[in-house]
Amino acid sequence: MTAETTGTPGPAGTPDVPTPRPRRNPRTPGESTPIGKALWYVALTALALLVLFPLYMTFIRAISGGAASLFQKKPRLTPVDTDLGSFWSAFTEGKLAFPMLQSLIVTVIIVVAQTVTSTMAAYAFAFLNFPFKKLMFGIVMGTLLLPIEVTLIANVQTMYDINLININPEYLQTVGALTVPFLASALGVFLIRQGFLGIPRDLLDAARLDGYSDVDFMWRVAVPVTKPIVGSFVVISFLTAYNQYVWPRFAVKRESYQTVQVALRGFITENPNQLNWGFAAALIAAIPVLILLIFFQRQLVRGLTAGAVK
Amino acid sequence: MSAVGQTRRSKETVLAYAMLAPLLVVFAAFYYYPFYRLIEFGLFQKYGNSSDQDFVGFQGILDVLKSDDFLSGLWITIKFMLYTVPAGLILGVLMAVAAHRKLRGIKIYQTIFSSTVASSVAVSSVVFLTLVNKQAGYFQNVAWLDLETTGGAMRAVALSAVWQNIGLTFIIVLAGLQAIPEDVNEAAALDGYGPIRRFFRITVPMISPTLLFLVVVLVVYALQAYAPIEILTAGGPQRSTETLLFKIVNNQGTTDLQVGASMAIGLFLFTLFVSVGQFILLNRRVHYDS
Repeated sequence: MTAETTGTPGPAGTPDVPTPRPRRNPRTPGESTPIGKALWYVALTALALLVLFPLYMTFIRAISGGAASLFQKKPRLTPVDTDLGSFWSAFTEGKLAFPMLQSLIVTVIIVVAQTVTSTMAAYAFAFLNFPFKKLMFGIVMGTLLLPIEVTLIANVQTMYDINLININPEYLQTVGALTVPFLASALGVFLIRQGFLGIPRDLLDAARLDGYSDVDFMWRVAVPVTKPIVGSFVVISFLTAYNQYVWPRFAVKRESYQTVQVALRGFITENPNQLNWGFAAALIAAIPVLILLIFFQRQLVRGLTAGAVK
Repeated sequence: MSAVGQTRRSKETVLAYAMLAPLLVVFAAFYYYPFYRLIEFGLFQKYGNSSDQDFVGFQGILDVLKSDDFLSGLWITIKFMLYTVPAGLILGVLMAVAAHRKLRGIKIYQTIFSSTVASSVAVSSVVFLTLVNKQAGYFQNVAWLDLETTGGAMRAVALSAVWQNIGLTFIIVLAGLQAIPEDVNEAAALDGYGPIRRFFRITVPMISPTLLFLVVVLVVYALQAYAPIEILTAGGPQRSTETLLFKIVNNQGTTDLQVGASMAIGLFLFTLFVSVGQFILLNRRVHYDS
């Protein structure tokens, strides 16, 4: 709905105003004078410190060793009994490795499934004619009004009924419980359909005359052409799936099969005297998404701006 | 010819539904069926282990929606919304305006401002423990963020959510700002508009659809807040940070299910109300523009 805001800045240049001034207007104190520039740097740096301060404190707490140094009556800005080992202890003592792996497995299953189901559905909505098309699209979009938070307790009951939640489940049952409600995404259908609608219909007709089936056309033409949009959806889908909290919290009964997000809470509640492990674990848990943010910034921004529905 | 068209059309229908099938199955089973179940759970009061149940009907659902417990959860949720949405929006706009200029190293600032996108609700809550926790928090002696007072607990939880949302708000507002053609601002400057007047007369109106969209997103996030409450306050003190979702998930036992399901229906109605409000506002906006 805000697709129009994602465009690049319009062509700069006002040729009908002949002026030898620099492009930036001198009345903006910001960019042209050295003092103005310095003031912007001060403001930007102050805001950056505000954003980074909680992360800085987390890092400082993570490398402060043990209870005695964590529980200071007069809290300090610098580490006490510096011990970088907590990042390692989070794995060895805190058993962080499995939850991290579990999160990644569950996330990959969700991302792959959502991308495939959304692409197929988007193709049907964009290129095919069939009865009740509008109704079906309404049904798909209607799910946006039924987020997992609303349907949570009923879905948990369903998981009991189909035997995916137990005190002592098989591992695969837990993976099932963590993924099945998220194998399809209305946002994915919406975004990818928008991309497909940009492809001229003539192209499909020509491809059909050449003997392409719809499936050929989808995989060999439509998807490659809309790669940037599919890419954005993949990034958003990863971010959302990996960062989930409420559903895994109540859909997994056996703590050792839990995803990393929920396991973080266990770190804190079960090791009150080793909160530094928990703080280290929180920083480690954010790394996969941080990598995503650094390497796929463009896709992430496009995806978020196109439909930050969730 | 028409027979060929006929087969072509029925083939297309079969193909279309085959392509929709996986998605429709998931949506039916985990979106629409649970909604139906919520209503069913709301209509019947169950007891212990026995299979007896009493039909309490829609009156039973209404009674829950009128109960003090639900209303206090609703009020706490609204309060949480009022704490997080304006603050998040203002901070996001401030950062985006500051970072939307040509300066050396501006990319670094933009990356820092976007960075909290990487932080999940759980991670941000744990991060905020290092600030507000009564034993290990840097601000443990600051009364304004004292988790043992009702006001402080609410502010602490809200602050963690505001911080977590900064990245998203910043990214979206910055994209909105970048979409404003540069000459519009320059023309206004040549007409003698100062930077502040330009901000309120040109920038804000031009990004208002973006801002409205953000308000909706932030409201929806606030409605669904759970992790910071569980991790930072556990609903306390004196149940003062128990949002609707917190109450819902604490009413999942057999005997509580009627209450939990009715509250979930209440949460749905509230979400619906917000979404319809958004739709009406957006539509009005479109008419206004054209």
